[in-house]
Amino acid sequence: MDVFAALGGGFGVALQPGNLLLAFIGCILGTAIGVLPGIGPLNAIALLLPFCLALRLPPESALILLAAVYYGSGYGGRITAILLNMPGEPSAVLTTLDGHPLAKQGRGSAALAISGIGSFVGATLSVIAMTFLSVPLAKLAVAFSPADYVALIAFALSLLGAVSDGPAVKAWAAGCLGLLLAMVGVDSGTGVERFTLGSLELLGGIDFTVLAIGLFAIGEILLLIETRLRSEAAKLGGGKKLSLREVIFCTPAMLRATGIGFVIGVLPGAGASVASALSYTAEKRLNGAQGKFGQGDLRGVAAPETADNAAQIGNLVPMLSLGIPGSGTTAVLLGALLMYNITPGPLLFEQRPDVAWGLIASMYIGNAMLLLLNLPLVGVFARLLTVPAWVLYPGVLALSFAGVYAASNSAFDLLLAIGFGVMGWLFRKMAIPLVPIVLGFVLGRMLEDNLRRAMSLSDGDAWALLGSPICLILWAMTAAALLWPLLRPRRV
Amino acid sequence: MQRRMLITAAAAALPWAAQAQGFTPQNAECIAPAAPGGGFDVTCRLTTRMLSELNLVPSPIRTQNMPGGIGAVAINHINAQRPTDPNVLIAFSTGSWLNMAQRRFGRFAENDVRWIGAVGADYGVIAVKRDSRFQTLADLVAGMREGISNIPVGSSGAVGSQDWTKVALIARAAGQDPRRMRYVPFEGGGAAMAALLGGHTQLFPGDASEIRGQLEAGEIRLLAVLAPQRLPGFLSVVPTAKEQGVDVEWPIIRGFYGPPRMPDAAYEYWVDVLRRLHAHPAWPEARAAQGMFEFNMVGAEFAALAKRRTEEYRVLARDVGLIQPTQ
Repeated sequence: MDVFAALGGGFGVALQPGNLLLAFIGCILGTAIGVLPGIGPLNAIALLLPFCLALRLPPESALILLAAVYYGSGYGGRITAILLNMPGEPSAVLTTLDGHPLAKQGRGSAALAISGIGSFVGATLSVIAMTFLSVPLAKLAVAFSPADYVALIAFALSLLGAVSDGPAVKAWAAGCLGLLLAMVGVDSGTGVERFTLGSLELLGGIDFTVLAIGLFAIGEILLLIETRLRSEAAKLGGGKKLSLREVIFCTPAMLRATGIGFVIGVLPGAGASVASALSYTAEKRLNGAQGKFGQGDLRGVAAPETADNAAQIGNLVPMLSLGIPGSGTTAVLLGALLMYNITPGPLLFEQRPDVAWGLIASMYIGNAMLLLLNLPLVGVFARLLTVPAWVLYPGVLALSFAGVYAASNSAFDLLLAIGFGVMGWLFRKMAIPLVPIVLGFVLGRMLEDNLRRAMSLSDGDAWALLGSPICLILWAMTAAALLWPLLRPRRV
Repeated sequence: MQRRMLITAAAAALPWAAQAQGFTPQNAECIAPAAPGGGFDVTCRLTTRMLSELNLVPSPIRTQNMPGGIGAVAINHINAQRPTDPNVLIAFSTGSWLNMAQRRFGRFAENDVRWIGAVGADYGVIAVKRDSRFQTLADLVAGMREGISNIPVGSSGAVGSQDWTKVALIARAAGQDPRRMRYVPFEGGGAAMAALLGGHTQLFPGDASEIRGQLEAGEIRLLAVLAPQRLPGFLSVVPTAKEQGVDVEWPIIRGFYGPPRMPDAAYEYWVDVLRRLHAHPAWPEARAAQGMFEFNMVGAEFAALAKRRTEEYRVLARDVGLIQPTQ
């Protein structure tokens, strides 16, 4: 079928006034959900779904709304990350590294603007790629074997040392701590309890939200209390606005991040956190010498935010073209189709072109809306900083706790978050970077599960880990990343 | 006369009295103890949607996914934190009975929950990729005899889970030791299907309800359905294992249990809700759309079945050496 004709049909669906309105509502809701720490798009979509059914929305409209919440959330997470050093969603963790220093220099608005532009570029280019290449891309998604995932995750881990400034050994130690924390809970393969200390609450493992809110939000607030809210806070004004030259300067970074983010997103199970980490470290490795990464480089904001949104769109590729969910959130979207008695699968594009192409067309429109919505609001968001710190920080903390509690209904998780908060505060004082902990945590679980799968597939033969061209390339890149700091002339 | 009027009045008031005494769910929740996209998820979402649409419950029931340990996390959560919660249903399947039989849920087993009822039954299928070397179940049996450890099997659930057991039973029918199978657990049926389509695994012992999209597109083929007779609809062309000389059946009963000390009023309420769902004319079509077949058993009768099946699986697990016979 002619792609343009099909896409035209899709725009016919997406441009109906009701669907335009739904996409708009979804974008606003998604941005809000991204801003709030603790509430992710997965929960939001699961909560919205019954409303869609109750309102008797047709399936394409429901999907347009739910998907807009999903990709809209990629725009929201950066706001608190940049202004308050508290990431609103997992993939915004990397955004804090350069975004918050920019805010301290009074360039918070510029950081917000470039991240909005990056999100738009990443999402829109990915939707274009999806429109024309979804069939070969879906093949790539299933071609990735567990051994390939092991190599990919190993590569991502090998870049941990580059994430933060300061001694690499501290970054490695922090990354290993993250790997250890990922071990806690019932082992999914055998049902054995690990490091649960006999506690039933720990059986399910440590929730990512709990760890991130503890380390970042609570740790930051403890530090602010100690410094009596004086020294570290971000400034509202004083910095230059984002110039066109700076946008052009960031464009190569955004294009690279789109490529990395989209490909990682297409792989089921990888996801936005891996994508934003890889693209940030890639930029730092490529341009670290001339840049000022870690002290407020605009590319350090543009890259992870672009990759984040590109990965989100990439995640929809296996869902739409194969009926295979690549992440929890896309699985809920698939569940929404099931509820409408639409069978997700390779025939979706033929059986229900209105749904599949309507959704794709709506994503072009939705991302444009998000850009138009976000750029003028940059000033409003930045004005968050005019709220007195003694109101702002406790308010954010209360929202964070509400988010943690809403996700798990467990008071234990709140105590755990406070525990991580104290840890985060101590680590800040000792200049131990926090980002590698979070990345180690996210990657650790994926690494273990896939290593086990690869080992069962090969009957315990470790050579299988080098068994495909993809593996070999990724391992070579891993080795290069590990050896690079040794070969590089030392800067003091 | 006066007495008769009183009785009439009392009788008229009875429905109201029963309602007042009874239970009304508030902010009820359905826990799907797996990542979204699998059978537990469908059980929760289909049932809660139909209950709302048919006005069998006053307010929508939300679905919460609680993955981990193939249900171990959920049963521990319920026993530890919400043992009396009247507003929570937890999806289970035949696989949960297997896990209980094999003591995979820690100290919790079939007597630590309240069995509410079934919503339907699904049947196991043996799926292969479109271009697989196996055309029939007989081919697979022959392939297993040549070398059972050369056939990687990928599915959701650990060794001893129901997907594992389906293939293990076929392996036993082929005269092979199930413990020599090459079995790869994935978290969720979606990831396992991706591995089959990618050619990383060769067999996918899934459920009839989760393979329709890929089957209709011709991406996969079914070697057999593990049902007593051929299934209706799009599956009617697929022979049963029995037809092909392999006497293996695997019904997957799906339904809900409640917390161990769920109040009687709430228990009776949910049993009644399921009973009314089964009786509703709109239910069979919605159930069939999800690949589930009729299985209308609730309440005490169902609790007895759950306990009987769990005991049977305990014996099976001892036979294949998954648990120690003394325990």
